[in-house]
Amino acid sequence: MREVAVLGVSMTKFGVSEKTNLEMFTEAGLEAMSNSNIESKDVEALFFGNCLGDFEEGQMHMAPFAHAELGLPMSAPATRFESACATATVAIRHAALLVGAGVYDVVLAGGTERATKMGTPLATKTFAMATQSQHEARAGLTFPGVFAMAAHMYSSKYGVDLPELKKNMAEVAIKNHYHGTLNPKAHFQKEIDLDTVLDGMMVADPLQLFDCCPFSDGASALVLAEAGKAKDLVKKPIYVAGMGQASAGSLYLQQDVTRVKARETAVSQAYKEAGVGPDDIDVVELHDCFTIAEILALEGFGFYEFGKAHDAAAKRETYLNGKVVVNPSGGLKSKGHPIGATGAGQVTEIVEQLRGECGPRQVEGARIGLVDTLGGDLGTVCNIILRS
Amino acid sequence: MEYALTFEQYQEGLEKGKLLGLHCNTCETFTFPPMGTCRNCNGTDLKVAEAGGEGIISTFTVVRVAPEGKRPPYVVAMAELKEGPSVIGNLIDINPDEADMKLIGKSVKLGSQMVEGDVYSSDDCRVITFSLKEG
Ligand SMILES: [Zn+2]
Repeated sequence: MREVAVLGVSMTKFGVSEKTNLEMFTEAGLEAMSNSNIESKDVEALFFGNCLGDFEEGQMHMAPFAHAELGLPMSAPATRFESACATATVAIRHAALLVGAGVYDVVLAGGTERATKMGTPLATKTFAMATQSQHEARAGLTFPGVFAMAAHMYSSKYGVDLPELKKNMAEVAIKNHYHGTLNPKAHFQKEIDLDTVLDGMMVADPLQLFDCCPFSDGASALVLAEAGKAKDLVKKPIYVAGMGQASAGSLYLQQDVTRVKARETAVSQAYKEAGVGPDDIDVVELHDCFTIAEILALEGFGFYEFGKAHDAAAKRETYLNGKVVVNPSGGLKSKGHPIGATGAGQVTEIVEQLRGECGPRQVEGARIGLVDTLGGDLGTVCNIILRS
Repeated sequence: MEYALTFEQYQEGLEKGKLLGLHCNTCETFTFPPMGTCRNCNGTDLKVAEAGGEGIISTFTVVRVAPEGKRPPYVVAMAELKEGPSVIGNLIDINPDEADMKLIGKSVKLGSQMVEGDVYSSDDCRVITFSLKEG
C-alpha cells in the first residue's frame, strides 16, 4: 500500500441550516479543494456520505448531483456511502484504501446531513431505522433507547449505582459542552452544569435530554492524496497511519451491550497498522452520541479497564490539558451530529489539531490522533489514526 | 441455499404461540430470532426448533420520546432466553413509571403482540413481549 495523506479539510458550521444538503456539501467541498491547492479537474473520485436525504429532502442518489455542483470531471465517479452515523468515516476509509492501492492519486471524501429538517418524531423514526427493522425497530427501540439499555447494563454489570453513573455521565456532557464553547463551528457554544443535565427531560430512562447529542445540519469534506503528491501541494500533510473497520450484528446478537466488540476489533486493526497503542494517542475525537457512549469508547480503546472509565470526565482526565484529550471539538454532544457528515467533521478536527491550528482548544504538541465513529446499534465502527 | 426459517414462518409461529428458532446440528446452539446462519458457529445445518419461552431481563429502557407513530411511554427490554440467545421486546403488564433497576435479573415469560405497520415498514407484525413471572 502507498502512503496516504490528508490535504485540505473543511466543515460548515454545524447546527440548524436553511441550506440544502447539496449546498452545504458544495461549500465544504469547494473549500477543501481550495485548501488543498487543487481544482475540480484534479479530483479523480468522490466518496460521498449521506444517510437520510431520502427523508430529509426526498432526495436519493445525491452523489452525482454533488459531483455536478462541485464541477468534478465526468470520469471521476461519485458514490454514496451509508453506514448510519459512521457514514463519512467509512467513506473516508474507502477513499484512503483506493488511494493507497494506487487506483486514484487525488480524491474528495466527506458527507452532508440535514437532520433538523425532519423534526423530532420523524428524525427519531428514521434514526431508529438503523436498528434491525423486524426485531428491534418494530418494538419501538430508539437510538437513545439503545444507549439507555447500555447504561442500565453498565450500572448492573460493574456495580456502579445508577445515580453515581448518571452523575458521571453528566460530567461527560459538561466537559464536551465546555470544549464546544471554544469551537466557533459547534452547534452549541454554551456551558452547562450538573443541574442542566439532571433536570432535563427524560428521553429514554436513564438518559435525559443533555445526555443526548442533538440532531444537526452540516457538511464536511476533505481531500486525500498519495503522500508524495500531497507534499507537493500543501505545507503540512497529515498522514493516515492506520485504519480499522468492523461489523457486528443487531443489538440482541451482541448480548453484552457494554462492550462494543466492533470497536475493539476496528481499533486493534488501526493500532496494528499504525504501529501504536493506546498510550501513544494524544487526542481523540470519539463517538459521544450519548454520554454513556463516550465511556464505552474509552474502555474499548484500552485507555481504561472495562468498568473504569465512567468517572474519567469527573476526574477531568479527558479535558483539555488532561491525561488524554477527548473531543476537544465539543464532540457530537456539543459540536453536533449531522450524521452523514459527522466522521468527516471528526477527521477535520484531528487534522487541524495535528497541524496546531485549533487556537484556544489546541492540544499542545499533539502528534497522533484517533478518530472513532460508531454506526447503528453498535453494528459498525470505523477508526482512523492520523499522524503529523 | 433456501433460507431456513423466514420471517413470515416465524410470524406464523408467533401467531400460534410458538417461538420458532433454529437448532444448529453442528454445535447445538439455539439461534433466536431466526437468521441465515448459526449465531455461534455460522453453520448452515439448522433445523427449526421451539424455544420454551422463559428468559431473564438483562437490560431495559423506558422510551419517552418515541418515533413517529408510537405512543410513549413504553418499556423496551432485552432478555436472555433459557436456551442462550437474547431477544429484544416490550415488557408489558407493568407501569412504565415503575420500571427500575430491580428489573434486571428478573424472570420473564415470552409472548408476542401485534404492532401496526406504517408507510415505511409496511405490514402489521408481531413483536416479542415479556411478562414478569412473579409479582
Ligand atoms: Zn452452530
